[in-house]
Amino acid sequence: MNRNAPGPQTAKLEWRGIEKRFGGAPVLERLDLAVAPGRSLVIIGGSGQGKSVTIKIAIGLMAPDAGQMLVDGEDVTRLKPAARRGLFGRFGMLFQGAALFDSLNVWENVAFRLINADGVPRAAARKRALEALGRVRLGAEAADLYPNELSGGMQKRVALARAVVANPEIIMFDEPTTGLDPITADAINQLIVEQVKELGCTAVSITHDLVSARRIGDEIAMLQGGRIVWRGPAEDIDRSGDPYVEQFIHGRAEGPISAAV
Amino acid sequence: MGSRDDTPGLESLRRPGVNPVRAIGRSSLGLLRVAGAVALFAARGVAALATPRWFLGQTVRQILAIGYFSLPVVGLTAVFTGAALALNIYTGGGRFNAEQIMPQIVALGITRELGPVLAALMLAGRVSAAIAAEIGAMRATEQIDAMQTLSTDPFRYLIAPRLTAAVITLPLLTVVADIIGIGGGWLVATRTLGFSPVVYVRNTWTFIQDWDVESGLIKAAVFGFIVALMGCYHGFHATGGARGVGRATTHAVVSAAILIFASDYLLTTLFTHG
Repeated sequence: MNRNAPGPQTAKLEWRGIEKRFGGAPVLERLDLAVAPGRSLVIIGGSGQGKSVTIKIAIGLMAPDAGQMLVDGEDVTRLKPAARRGLFGRFGMLFQGAALFDSLNVWENVAFRLINADGVPRAAARKRALEALGRVRLGAEAADLYPNELSGGMQKRVALARAVVANPEIIMFDEPTTGLDPITADAINQLIVEQVKELGCTAVSITHDLVSARRIGDEIAMLQGGRIVWRGPAEDIDRSGDPYVEQFIHGRAEGPISAAV
Repeated sequence: MGSRDDTPGLESLRRPGVNPVRAIGRSSLGLLRVAGAVALFAARGVAALATPRWFLGQTVRQILAIGYFSLPVVGLTAVFTGAALALNIYTGGGRFNAEQIMPQIVALGITRELGPVLAALMLAGRVSAAIAAEIGAMRATEQIDAMQTLSTDPFRYLIAPRLTAAVITLPLLTVVADIIGIGGGWLVATRTLGFSPVVYVRNTWTFIQDWDVESGLIKAAVFGFIVALMGCYHGFHATGGARGVGRATTHAVVSAAILIFASDYLLTTLFTHG
């Protein structure tokens, strides 16, 4: 196979036999998962099931103990720092708590990659940051505010603008609606769907918010006990027939999954 | 306990948790592990300085934060220490009729020892803690992870500018501490001990050698590196949310202070007997 020219069947992202342990306790056990180009996959699962670890391994913030991570068929599990920085340029990520830089204002946050990694002059970077803010329906009046002056929903919008400003091929969303009221959460979901469609990128989201999962995912996969126990089209989740999925979507304490309390 | 032992004290020592040999071994290995981790961290920080890209704006911002805004606290510490030192040396000198060498001893004490050490300790309290808290909070809120995903190396953007700024500014602060500290001694000597203002300054100026000041400035540069390194290292490795950030801050200040005193002794030995 020519690894430099992925064919139409090559997955954009593939976790191949990924294993990860923390202090001897297994979190991921031979995780096999793939996402086709241009598709939006949502990984659902309870707390402590390794959802965050799954996307941190994919983006390269964490190394697996075993297994391979592939992007466009290329093994990117253990890259040198310069190659890793290059790969980061193909990714965008929206962090759970937005992870905006406190010391920088909104437009500097959005333009961070452009200024500090891509060497774009500040004036041009500001222009592109304002365009990206417009795409998440934030006006120029927000550009000079600091993160602590923004509501939770606005912070998520800014973080989304930061994730999409450099037109990434792949975007990761870590609990994009956690901590938001239902209306703001729906607005964020809508923006995510719009941006993913507009950029034509591949998206992987993790959430335990089923409303969000149904809204932003083409497909949903359930992570339980360190592996994927069910995967299917988002519209099929109500008739999965899988006891784990059934218990999770109905929010029952009784069932094969024991509550994490 | 299921069974009784005739020597419960010895039995308790045999348990893995309290075996003194094992405890010492574990502590020694732990110390070596930390020393190795700090050395690697420092090497990564210095390596980030050796090759582009350099974030000069960040370095200037840190020079202001570390240096300029520390001037009042360093100045106040120096003036009071200089004044107290003058009184003590005057009293001590008086026991063998040598009060008149007080200006020289004050100058020597300030430039070689107290100027750099006190400025460094003030910076350990003010700057090391602030660096650890800021970087620790960035770690806790995933800002450092976010920075990496934005193709920016945190060692270049966060660590290297702080190390550079502290190494540049602590010697400058020490020059200020030297002048103000000697000034504190001069104030006490001329206002309360009857020294001539002009003679005091002349005695100090003719006595002080270049190396007295230079050795203090070399110490200050080393202390500056320690102060920034401890703040960065403990902040970067903070875990466990707000409590972890608090712990990182404490560790940064304590470890910086201990390393300042230890390296001061080593450098003084090197400068005086090397």
